[in-house]
Amino acid sequence: MRNFLFEMKEGLLISLRAIRANKARAILTTLGIVIGIASVVLMSTAIRGIDNAFQTGVSSLGSDNLYIDKFEWFNNDIPFWQLRNRSNITLADYKKYADMAKLPAASAPTVWSNQSLKHKEHSVEFILVQGTTDDYIKTTNLNFSEGRFFNEIESNGGREVCVLGSEIAKKLFPRGSAIDNEVKIKGHRFKVIGVLAEQGSWVMGNFNPDNQAFIPIQNVFKYLQNQNRRSVTINVRAPNSQMVDAVKEEAVGIMRRIRGLKYDENNDFSINQQEALLNTINKTVGVIQIAGLFITGLSLFVGAIGIMNIMFVSVKERTKEIGIRKAIGAKKRSILGQFITESAIICLIGGMIGLIIAIILSLIINQFLPTSVDANAFILAIVISILTGVLSGFAPAYTAAKLDPVEALRYE
Amino acid sequence: MNIINIEHIAKIYQVGSEEVHALRDVSLKINKNEYVAIMGPSGSGKSTLMNVLGCLDTPTKGLYDFKGNNVSQMNDNELAAIRNREIGFVFQTFNLLARSDALHNVELPLIYAGVSSSERKARARLALEQVGLSDRMHHKPNELSGGQRQRVAIARALVTQPSIILADEPTGNLDTKTGEDIMALFNDIFELGNTIILVTHEEYIAEHAARILRLRDGLIENDEVVEKRFVPAKNGASN
Repeated sequence: MRNFLFEMKEGLLISLRAIRANKARAILTTLGIVIGIASVVLMSTAIRGIDNAFQTGVSSLGSDNLYIDKFEWFNNDIPFWQLRNRSNITLADYKKYADMAKLPAASAPTVWSNQSLKHKEHSVEFILVQGTTDDYIKTTNLNFSEGRFFNEIESNGGREVCVLGSEIAKKLFPRGSAIDNEVKIKGHRFKVIGVLAEQGSWVMGNFNPDNQAFIPIQNVFKYLQNQNRRSVTINVRAPNSQMVDAVKEEAVGIMRRIRGLKYDENNDFSINQQEALLNTINKTVGVIQIAGLFITGLSLFVGAIGIMNIMFVSVKERTKEIGIRKAIGAKKRSILGQFITESAIICLIGGMIGLIIAIILSLIINQFLPTSVDANAFILAIVISILTGVLSGFAPAYTAAKLDPVEALRYE
Repeated sequence: MNIINIEHIAKIYQVGSEEVHALRDVSLKINKNEYVAIMGPSGSGKSTLMNVLGCLDTPTKGLYDFKGNNVSQMNDNELAAIRNREIGFVFQTFNLLARSDALHNVELPLIYAGVSSSERKARARLALEQVGLSDRMHHKPNELSGGQRQRVAIARALVTQPSIILADEPTGNLDTKTGEDIMALFNDIFELGNTIILVTHEEYIAEHAARILRLRDGLIENDEVVEKRFVPAKNGASN
């Protein structure tokens, strides 16, 4: 062991000397590895960033929530013609459900409409305006930065009040508070009574509450949308995660009753959960991961070939040196170690530079997409670059170790 | 005491379809503290004999016994170990590492012997002092004259305190004056009790040795002890 460490140390020193003697070449060779490692690290952190964003985005839906919808979110096996004839879930359906359901902690109907919001000269386009009732807030984990959600009276009375997501509030009211101001939705005035705290999950796009506005559900049908066109989604929150399955079962029973389904008829509605979304996201992220790492892995592979190439040249050039070392007593192992170490160090230096570049780039990209370079990325970069160095240095080093000292000494 | 005992060795190279008998049948004994010159025209097999003596190569036939070790049966790593411990090489073209300074060049064999860094430095300094280069330790080969380079090479050969010093045309790349200086250094080293084998084709260089071996066509043509011009080391001197 001591012997091994000694040889490692001496091999390291010898290699450092050789690299120092050939700086320009080492730098150029390193470039391939720099690019390879930078792209691998960047890709893996970007993927992790995307994954994190998805996960937090999805979990903001709440794991205790069910969504009773006309359609499945992710339909894989029900043929289209069976879905085509499903009838909308109506507000009346919701009321019946709410009366009959005993298990949920809360439930609320939601219906959305895509609208522009205006306040004086400011406006925001393509906003998901959610129509719902006062119970909605009990089915979510949303917090308020100011104000409140609409109450039962406002909800039932269909008052012209609205609650804004943080992004919308920022855009419409860049200065000062939004509370008690009016926004225009499709020409109709709504008084702002609350602004949500920032949720900060970019990945859900328009489904992010930051980009949504909420108004009493009647108003959607009154001003924005024909009631017959839109199916209502019933948000249901189970009291706790153990109850989710029971709530689901109850919901199925009630919905079948409301729909008047016979025992041999299939459900003509769907009960969705974030689990389904998560599964789909995990699948997608997995594919991105494999494809991304494969592509960036290719660039690393090209870098490795560069290293191998230059190490072969280096061995050829230093044939005489190898002869001298062997003549004065270097064993095969020492020569092998010397060249592998050299290649590993070149790659490690390249890897470190690549890592630094990846960190800088990810800080820049972080302005637009969430990425994070963490300890794993460090370890990944170090391990991959050393491994690349050892693998690409092995064949050249082996040729060097095998050289016949007499031949090598004669080489000019 | 016998250091080298060679019995009926032959070395045959395969060049294409032809067999080249570089050494046909050579038997030779070299004792401790001998100063032997190996002479012969080119093609006589003296380089091959030197390679075999220096454990850089093994004979095709015959027995090579080095201090009781059967060198003719050794594998590459064992040969490397015996070269490292027992043999100090001095080459015609010096064969120093161009990018390393004198001190590191002299240290090199000790690295492969597994000697610790501090001890290595101390021993390399001592060896460089011995060849009169204590003021050139941190010069690289290209900053040294030919004679100085050869002195570094000699220091490198001495630093492991080997059983034999094998010098292959050590003055071949030097002018006459510098060559004489180097030969004087070899004389000093010999007088300290070292065993020296000198390969040369110059009569006046060979005359420094106490015994001259003449090779021709892979055979020893003549093996004579010339007048002892140098007094061997006093009795009991080691190495």
